[in-house]
Amino acid sequence: MMKITAYADRVSVAPGETINFMVNCEAREFRADFVRLICGDMNPDGPGYQERVVRTPANGIYKGRKQVIHAGSFVEIPRADNMPALGSFTLQAFIWPTTPERGAQALISHWGGRNGGGAVLGIAPENGGISLTLGGGRGRSETFSTGRALLAREWYFVAASFDAKTKKVVIIQEPLHTHVGTRDAAVTRATAKLTRLAAHDGPVTMAARFQRFDAGRTVCDQHYNGKIDSPRIATRALDRAEMETLRAPTLDRTLANDVFGAWDFSADISSVKVSDLSPHRLHGHVVHMPARGMTGWNWSGEEMNWRHAPREYGAIHFHDDDVYDAAWQVDVSLTVPKNLKSGLYCARLRCGDDLEDEDYVPFAVLPPRGQATAKICFVLPTASYMAYANEHMGTDAPIAQLLGGRLVEHERQDLYRNVHREYGASCYDVHSDGSGVCHSSRLRPILNMRPKYKSWLGGEGSTLWQFNADTHIINWLENLGYEYDVITDEELHYEGLKAIEPYRVVLSSSHPEYHSKQMWDALHAWQQRGGRFMYLGANGWYWRIAYHDEVPGIIEVRRNEDGIRAWEARTGEYYHGFTGEYGGLWRRNGRPPQQIVGTGFTAQGFDISSYYVRKPDSFKKEVRWIMNGVGADERIGDFGLIGGGAAGLELDRADRALGTPPNAYLLASSEDHTDIYLVVCEELLINYPGTGGQENDLVRADLVFYETANGGGVFATSSIAWPGSLAHDNYKNNVSRITKNVLDRFVSGKPLLD
Amino acid sequence: MAELNEAHENYRPHADDRRLIEEFKQNPIGHHSPDLQRLLNRMRGAPMADKYCLVVIKPNREWQLARTTGKAGEPVKLLGRRFTSQAEAEWYVFRQRWKALTGETLRA
Repeated sequence: MMKITAYADRVSVAPGETINFMVNCEAREFRADFVRLICGDMNPDGPGYQERVVRTPANGIYKGRKQVIHAGSFVEIPRADNMPALGSFTLQAFIWPTTPERGAQALISHWGGRNGGGAVLGIAPENGGISLTLGGGRGRSETFSTGRALLAREWYFVAASFDAKTKKVVIIQEPLHTHVGTRDAAVTRATAKLTRLAAHDGPVTMAARFQRFDAGRTVCDQHYNGKIDSPRIATRALDRAEMETLRAPTLDRTLANDVFGAWDFSADISSVKVSDLSPHRLHGHVVHMPARGMTGWNWSGEEMNWRHAPREYGAIHFHDDDVYDAAWQVDVSLTVPKNLKSGLYCARLRCGDDLEDEDYVPFAVLPPRGQATAKICFVLPTASYMAYANEHMGTDAPIAQLLGGRLVEHERQDLYRNVHREYGASCYDVHSDGSGVCHSSRLRPILNMRPKYKSWLGGEGSTLWQFNADTHIINWLENLGYEYDVITDEELHYEGLKAIEPYRVVLSSSHPEYHSKQMWDALHAWQQRGGRFMYLGANGWYWRIAYHDEVPGIIEVRRNEDGIRAWEARTGEYYHGFTGEYGGLWRRNGRPPQQIVGTGFTAQGFDISSYYVRKPDSFKKEVRWIMNGVGADERIGDFGLIGGGAAGLELDRADRALGTPPNAYLLASSEDHTDIYLVVCEELLINYPGTGGQENDLVRADLVFYETANGGGVFATSSIAWPGSLAHDNYKNNVSRITKNVLDRFVSGKPLLD
Repeated sequence: MAELNEAHENYRPHADDRRLIEEFKQNPIGHHSPDLQRLLNRMRGAPMADKYCLVVIKPNREWQLARTTGKAGEPVKLLGRRFTSQAEAEWYVFRQRWKALTGETLRA
């Protein structure tokens, strides 16, 4: 399938700065070259694949090595000098297991040493109930369990104690639900044969059992799926009443001398930190970013926002397939040459006898810091790429062939990541336990963010989606000779207005769907200062996201209550863990896309695309310049590589009620979409027959233009398929012409109304 | 064929629907009559176990038939048959699905 896969430590880099590439290569060596990417579309019926090799000192042959991803989130309390030794002990927590039927899963573990020593509170394999494993080292261990199956997605209080003198073991499994006839409560007593627990230097872990350190990474096994709340360790065997005392959110002073650690997951929800309330101050951190701000065992439903009632949000939801940072070793470092022009670039990595196996790692080369080198700026929508990173819908979702209206096509990257689930999922997938994936990281190979790649979502024809579809915009700019800079969503988020302030025109991608508040505010402020914006896609400014304040390269999405959702956030879990902001649709946050780009999501379908017809506004003398060279009755974009038309995949419409400015001109609208296209669900208060493209007026893309303050303007194409029509007939077509008419006028600085 | 057992059980093609075969053959992807769309919803909405799909061999020129297993992480099963157009692939899979739903073998 793929013998080489890779990722970079950053997604954008300025001249003089260094970007590192981490490579997994099963061959003895690989060749790295850097290329400027022009067009990633391999369709022989299109303009053709184009890249230009860039000479850099980093181009060359490198030694290959296999690098793997250890997926699965957990809490790690690193070994510390003040960590007590475990003799007698109690381990306890509230848990909400989601896959108790699977193999052994560790809840609280203090395990280590070459042959296993310490203790693990866990779930016995195949739902054998709560278990306690004691490790005496040298491979000697004993496991006790309640033998009573746990119900998935119900809260339990669980505990296990061991008295080193009497060897008595007590395991408690106390359901907090009220179902009758479940037989899932247990108090199990036993006597251990082991005389003592082996000392070791392993960390305390939760939701997994420590196995070893590997190149700076903590590697675990026995990963747990589900929530843990209020984990505690005491240094003697507590009785039941003392366990009750210890499970309180604040530490009772009567137990101060007995507590090893009492971790409060509600204390640092927006952080990677995990705080210990005990006098030992055994603080730790989360690994691979489990979901925080999750409803706890005591969540009352009175509050939906964890900031208002943090003590009801003391749960972390762990998944055995969470991935934040693959943390591979660096293989290739590129210090970007000072004179390298801003643009879209890739590391091209090839191995094998004839260098036939390859992977590409895309990145933006920014203009030199503090400078713009063009009047036009293209924003690479890296947050949206991350949301879709390694999505598995083509192999996992029965609706994929319904949405596409044809057989799903798989690329080699799809086949590879289908079997390498440790590469992590996208925010369009569910975890192995069925819960939604609300985080996505770029610190792992993203195999669907690649040139030459087709995505099943991309419509008939070239079948391009997101990154590779966006190369048609780059290709058009290059072929028409425009000078442009490239930045990414991360510049917009972290630098704000400064990132786009010098530009007269900003171009969007085909699908800028995900935005943080910082990104939204930066673009809006720039527009208010006279910026001229071209929205060359659709489904933009749809989901609100958050970046993490402490660590780079990860976003959070909560799929709340409304919108086209691949999964649904659980009630009470609508606020981002990273920031405490209400997540979900921007429309549900009081900022529908129409407010910032004039049009907003209205329908979707993924089979064939259609065309636009001109509307009366397009003939008004003050905006006639937009349609220069386009006949009155001419169909606009009845051709193209994405579904055969310029209006397709996802469509936006103007709507005054949702914020389209009153001075907007409706220049053209698309028509004649298939019944695969359906009105989006946020429009359906009561579902009704007739929401397909053949009969419903909401299934359309609106071509819109309007002036904004201080000489600014917005031009919106409202269709994801638009860029796929730009190259048709050697760029001599009405989609290319309209795009050029607008871009030239926007760049000129001339007033926008004649 | 396991792939069609669970989806849209409320509808199975009936004798009148034989007229949809030719309509599909003429235009497998794109605008369809409501009746053909209903039939395709039944066929294409099947669960993932043993569900037909394609693997790209040469972009836009050659595809290989395959099936998913319905189990996350299990490899897609490659079948021997290859196609040089999507229409050809669609027509082949349509015939397999028609047979699974009606028992009737359609001529290529």
